[in-house]
Amino acid sequence: MRAALLIQRWYRQYAARLEIRRRCTWSIFQSIEYAGEQDQIKLYNFFGYLMDHFTPASSERDEVFHDTEWERYFCYKDIEVPDTYSGPHLTFPLCTHNVTELLEAIKHKQLLHSRYVLQLLGETWKLLRVLPNINVVSTCQSKEITICGDLHGHLEDLLLVFYKNGLPSTETPYVFNGDFVDRGKDSMEILLILFSFQLLYPSGVHLNRGNHEDHIVNLRYGFTKEVLGKYKVHGKRILKLLQKIFSQLPLATVIDRKVLVLHGGISDTTDLRLIARLERHRVSCSCNHAQAPNPQHYSSPGTPRSLRVRSLARGTLPLCLPRANSTRTVEEELQERRRWAGLGASCDRVRYLSSNRDPDQDREVTETDMDEWKQLVDVLWSDPMPQDGCVPNKVRGGGCYWGPDVTRDVLQRHKLQLLIRSHECKQDGYEFCHDRRVLTIFSASNYYEVDSNRGAYVQLGPDLNPHLIQYQASRSSRDLTLRQRLVNNNCTNKKKRSALQALREQLFAHKSELINAFQEFDPEHTGMISMRHWAVATETVLHLGLPWRMLRSQLLVSQGGLNSLLFLSHQLAHTGLLETMYRHHSNLETIFRIIDMDHSGLISFEEFRQTWRLLSAHLQTEISDEAISGLASSIDFNKDGSIDINEFMEAFRLVSPETDLIKCVNGTDKCTRHGAHDIVFTSSHDLH
Amino acid sequence: MADDKEAAAFVSEVHKRISNAFDVFDHEFNHTVDVREIGTIIRSLGCFPTEAELHDIIAEVEEEEPTGYIRFEKFLPTMTKVLMEHKFRPIPDDLLLQAFEVLDQQKRGYLEPEELSKYLMQEGETFTQEEMEEMLSAALDPDKNVIFYKDFVGMMTIDDTQ
Repeated sequence: MRAALLIQRWYRQYAARLEIRRRCTWSIFQSIEYAGEQDQIKLYNFFGYLMDHFTPASSERDEVFHDTEWERYFCYKDIEVPDTYSGPHLTFPLCTHNVTELLEAIKHKQLLHSRYVLQLLGETWKLLRVLPNINVVSTCQSKEITICGDLHGHLEDLLLVFYKNGLPSTETPYVFNGDFVDRGKDSMEILLILFSFQLLYPSGVHLNRGNHEDHIVNLRYGFTKEVLGKYKVHGKRILKLLQKIFSQLPLATVIDRKVLVLHGGISDTTDLRLIARLERHRVSCSCNHAQAPNPQHYSSPGTPRSLRVRSLARGTLPLCLPRANSTRTVEEELQERRRWAGLGASCDRVRYLSSNRDPDQDREVTETDMDEWKQLVDVLWSDPMPQDGCVPNKVRGGGCYWGPDVTRDVLQRHKLQLLIRSHECKQDGYEFCHDRRVLTIFSASNYYEVDSNRGAYVQLGPDLNPHLIQYQASRSSRDLTLRQRLVNNNCTNKKKRSALQALREQLFAHKSELINAFQEFDPEHTGMISMRHWAVATETVLHLGLPWRMLRSQLLVSQGGLNSLLFLSHQLAHTGLLETMYRHHSNLETIFRIIDMDHSGLISFEEFRQTWRLLSAHLQTEISDEAISGLASSIDFNKDGSIDINEFMEAFRLVSPETDLIKCVNGTDKCTRHGAHDIVFTSSHDLH
Repeated sequence: MADDKEAAAFVSEVHKRISNAFDVFDHEFNHTVDVREIGTIIRSLGCFPTEAELHDIIAEVEEEEPTGYIRFEKFLPTMTKVLMEHKFRPIPDDLLLQAFEVLDQQKRGYLEPEELSKYLMQEGETFTQEEMEEMLSAALDPDKNVIFYKDFVGMMTIDDTQ
């Protein structure tokens, strides 16, 4: 009897520790993901700034097409399919055989030839442009309708859903609620599958646009890279056509006039009639905040939300770039870079450049334009919150946070009973909130890491009672040895390790600021601060809202003795530059990919320098030209005057800090150099 | 004098730890947590209470009329006392191993899942079906379909919360 008690007591403690680990890991991933998205918004402002200040030569203004021109441009007929091609040959209009053949080919990892891709996309575009902004669906034609959330390039999950639920057809209709692409590695395949089923069964597949169906977001989050990698010759053309297609995706679906399905959410001003009327294709990048509405557009009668996931912003988020303060230097540089013409014209501006008018004569942005734009952004970017009210979504940088009162109000106004949305990853694949009036559905399992979460989809019958099915695409636990499973289970180590790795990278990227913050608590320059101060300082710098004390032991190295912290600052040449570059490496990559117009993967030194100067001017950081030149030549390994983008990005992959520990005994002087990525802090044993 | 200062600093450290653990479960940011999470919170702070001891604590921190939520203001003083007095200490490895060995009367070095399940679900503060399944999924050797408890104990007792 005593033995049982002992075992039970011990096991429950272990299970509790597992649980809290899981929660911490979860919040780390979420906070970094959302913070990354917010970074993206800042970048959009930068692009907007660039585009606003650049006037391309009229001869290069060939990218603003009329619809017929688009059709000609995306003609697939000049593309030959070689005899060596063993993949499916599609014929249009598509028949069942085509689609099953395509599905099989994809399962066997065969690439569809670019000719057929373009053809498929062309047909899809023709279909989408005649669809209304809001799909109207009824359950009377079939017994049930299935709704899937974010897929994010996770092909295994889509195939798993099809396996469990059946392929899409008129009798088995589906709604796919946006974010089909980015992050996962099979975004292209997912699109091909969804589009081909839609062409085959137009009443069996309904697609809603997500915030990732946006070519600028794709530049950053992997879809662009994927397409260019898979389709080296025609990738650019494919991407351009996809840009058009994304902007033509419907914005929402209504089922039986009672259930509203859309990607992000709603706001207190959401008006479905307005949404139904607007011209959705004129907004191809929903996140360009150069013309962002004033935050006062949102009412917030309740108490302001304290964010569980706080932003990385140091200071307020600039919604509008201050054009009046542009420096001459930057503008001059911009004038020189006529190559930005391609960039300027290809991204449809929120100014609603009408394709039917003279492109040089921009229409004034009207109040209606702003309202319509806001409706669209709210639909794609908003998140629910537990408190009443409606406040701007500072974490995402777009849309709002809306409360249960707004849900009640909007649903009532439109005589709806349920809102189904996606946009947020949930551990169980789904989550109800707002008194079960809002359902979040997320269909990409293992989104952050293996075992991070399940995916789910929802079935709705004529009774409109949501029936949820969960799944997880992962290795069966039978395949793993006891040791591996214990390691997996044991405080979900693997998952935590990579979450911690991401966190350590954040610490590294903000090293200087952190050191400054620590020094404020150490006026006598002893090199030591208390645990409490460490936690406060770290939170002040990073704004991640994490339980730092709990994570401390994983982030720092214990070193017996006092209840205090020892920290060192190691001066390495170019440390400041490396750190800044590391912090912005994702931004840099996006910019590089834009500069690399021919997508060759190479940019010249000059382009590298210009990029860096533009970014640093925008971010208001001081980096000398000399430092940048030095860095550029040190990266050019083959000394041919150009930098391989991939190699450059690799340079910023941090070595695991465990292999780079500084073993330091006393004071700040005796320490060993371990390269650019020092662990800066060591902590000492804490009292229980 | 210095002792007082150190004592005060220590107490505030303890408070911070409790506050951080509490925050992880405070989903509505109103300084309350669901009563069902209290066990997890207490255990995550390094304590090894029995279920009975847990119930006692909950009784102490609950409202007069139980709402299903525990407020931080009530939780903090009770939990501080628990940590200061080092209540619910961890179980030493060798003691744990002995507990398993008691069950393994034939000294085979392993236990069948059926016998372990039976024991843990009938004796002591019984496991629920879910708890038993979770434990087995971690402990069961897939080839031999038994639990090598020595390995199990060894791998699980890695204390890195502190």
